[in-house]
Amino acid sequence: MSAAGYLLTPVAGLGRLTLSALATLGRIAIFAAQVVTHLFRPPYYPRELGHAIMQIGWFSLPVVGLTALFTGGALALQIYAGGERFSAESVVPAIVAIGMVRELGPVLGGLMVAARVASSIAAEIGTMKVTEQIDALVTLSTNPIKYLALPRVVAATLAVPVLVAVGDAIGIMGGWLVGVNRLGFNSAAYIKNTVDFLEFWDVASGLWKGAAFGFIVAVLGCYHGMNSGRGAQGVGRATKSAVVGASVLILAANYLLTEVFFSS
Amino acid sequence: MITLKDVHKTFGTNQVLRGVDLTIASGSSMVIIGGSGTGKSVLLKCILGLVHHDRGLIELDGQDVTKGDRDAFLARFGMLFQGGALFDSLRVWENVAFRLLRGSLRRPKAEAREIAIEKLRRVGLGPQVADLFPAELSGGMQKRVGLARAIAAEPEVIFFDEPTTGLDPIMSGVINDLIREIVVEMGATAMTITHDMTSVRAIADNVAMLHGGMIRWTGPVAEMDATSDPYVQQFIHGRAEGPIESVR
Ligand SMILES: Nc1ncnc2c1ncn2[C@@H]1O[C@H](COP(=O)(O)OP(=O)(O)OP(=O)(O)O)[C@@H](O)[C@H]1O
Ligand SMILES: [Mg+2]
Repeated sequence: MSAAGYLLTPVAGLGRLTLSALATLGRIAIFAAQVVTHLFRPPYYPRELGHAIMQIGWFSLPVVGLTALFTGGALALQIYAGGERFSAESVVPAIVAIGMVRELGPVLGGLMVAARVASSIAAEIGTMKVTEQIDALVTLSTNPIKYLALPRVVAATLAVPVLVAVGDAIGIMGGWLVGVNRLGFNSAAYIKNTVDFLEFWDVASGLWKGAAFGFIVAVLGCYHGMNSGRGAQGVGRATKSAVVGASVLILAANYLLTEVFFSS
Repeated sequence: MITLKDVHKTFGTNQVLRGVDLTIASGSSMVIIGGSGTGKSVLLKCILGLVHHDRGLIELDGQDVTKGDRDAFLARFGMLFQGGALFDSLRVWENVAFRLLRGSLRRPKAEAREIAIEKLRRVGLGPQVADLFPAELSGGMQKRVGLARAIAAEPEVIFFDEPTTGLDPIMSGVINDLIREIVVEMGATAMTITHDMTSVRAIADNVAMLHGGMIRWTGPVAEMDATSDPYVQQFIHGRAEGPIESVR
């Protein structure tokens, strides 16, 4: 190979990587559209939906709550330290609340759900694929997208905003705990300050983000599970792709949604 | 009647099916034999549309299986997968009654459960296994639950992928009788893959041998022993020496 060839190899590799990432993104978009069309075509599987809501929503509460608690606390400390530099310590309650509900609640909640839920969905569906259970579903006249993917996607889209709301409240409480116990804020004043500054849209925008992130997590989990390679290795790779893909897409979607919601 | 004409299937560079021609008459029992890895399971999956064949024509009663109403098509079929393919999140009886609990064949839950227990009995499993999960069963028991699930909705056409592999000789006999019964009494069309020559003789009306991606020999089971085809002879007598290479 010529010198120029060697120099170009990494560039060509990067190009190939970009193209394959875009192709995968396209396939995921088509898959997501397929899932959504099943929303309008019975039969539905309410039992599967109930099960998915428990798995995705209820059992994610502890991890999302703990994440929010510690994040709210750390945020209060940081904003206090930053605010001190220009004697603006009093902004702590408002900024903790706004930071939590607009950004950190949905994003960190979404990422935790990606780690917990995208992985388990991909592993479960991937194993079903590898052990021919998906083929068996088809032969039993059951559409795998309708039976496996739709309930999970609907459950995640509904449950993650609720998780985010709970996380917001716990995060603000984390800030309040640190503010009152470590930074010497008056409890009542802290709460009043939070309530006064927080606007409806701050909270609502975060919940919409949560819905979008929930959708992303479940779609990625299902897509990679259903397209899992063969054997244990295939399932492992599907799980990894689902978590990485969901995390990156959540961060990208967060940027886009923030642009749409707040740059006027 | 199921008709296959010049069916081809390639995975990557692996040409698995290279022109399969086969006819299975309605209400008859066809057994497919052939070496491991020759594409027997792939052939069944092509007929069901789980794997898409690259070339050729597959017809059920003269109708191209890739066209037309898929739900109506699949409602006529039952399939036992080689690995059982039980849903491990559902209990044994819910697996067996899967079709009867949802969709167009839906029945009341108690009735579906009763049918499931009856089907389990027919494959030699007592009612005590009904509430277990598949992971709590032995391999042979899982296979039989898969068999019960395949026949639960009394389909017209049933595919059995190695129904007796992993079963003891007595249980194999029970399953062979069951398959025969389903064909004779219910008038179902059966297509069975097996490596067990006792099963072949017990189940088959006709036998087809798949080798090299094509049907090497096909005919009534009574003629199988008399054929001069060296491939069939080597296979049914299990000889290491012969035209079929032992390293494949
Ligand atoms: N989904 C798939 N992707 C790639 N290759 C496949 C796939 N399914 C089957 N094959 C290949 O097709 C060939 C035939 O497989 P098949 O499972 O049909 O064999 P078989 O005749 O049923 O063997 P056995 O008697 O051991 O069950 C094998 O070489 C296998 O590797
Ligand atoms: Mg096989």
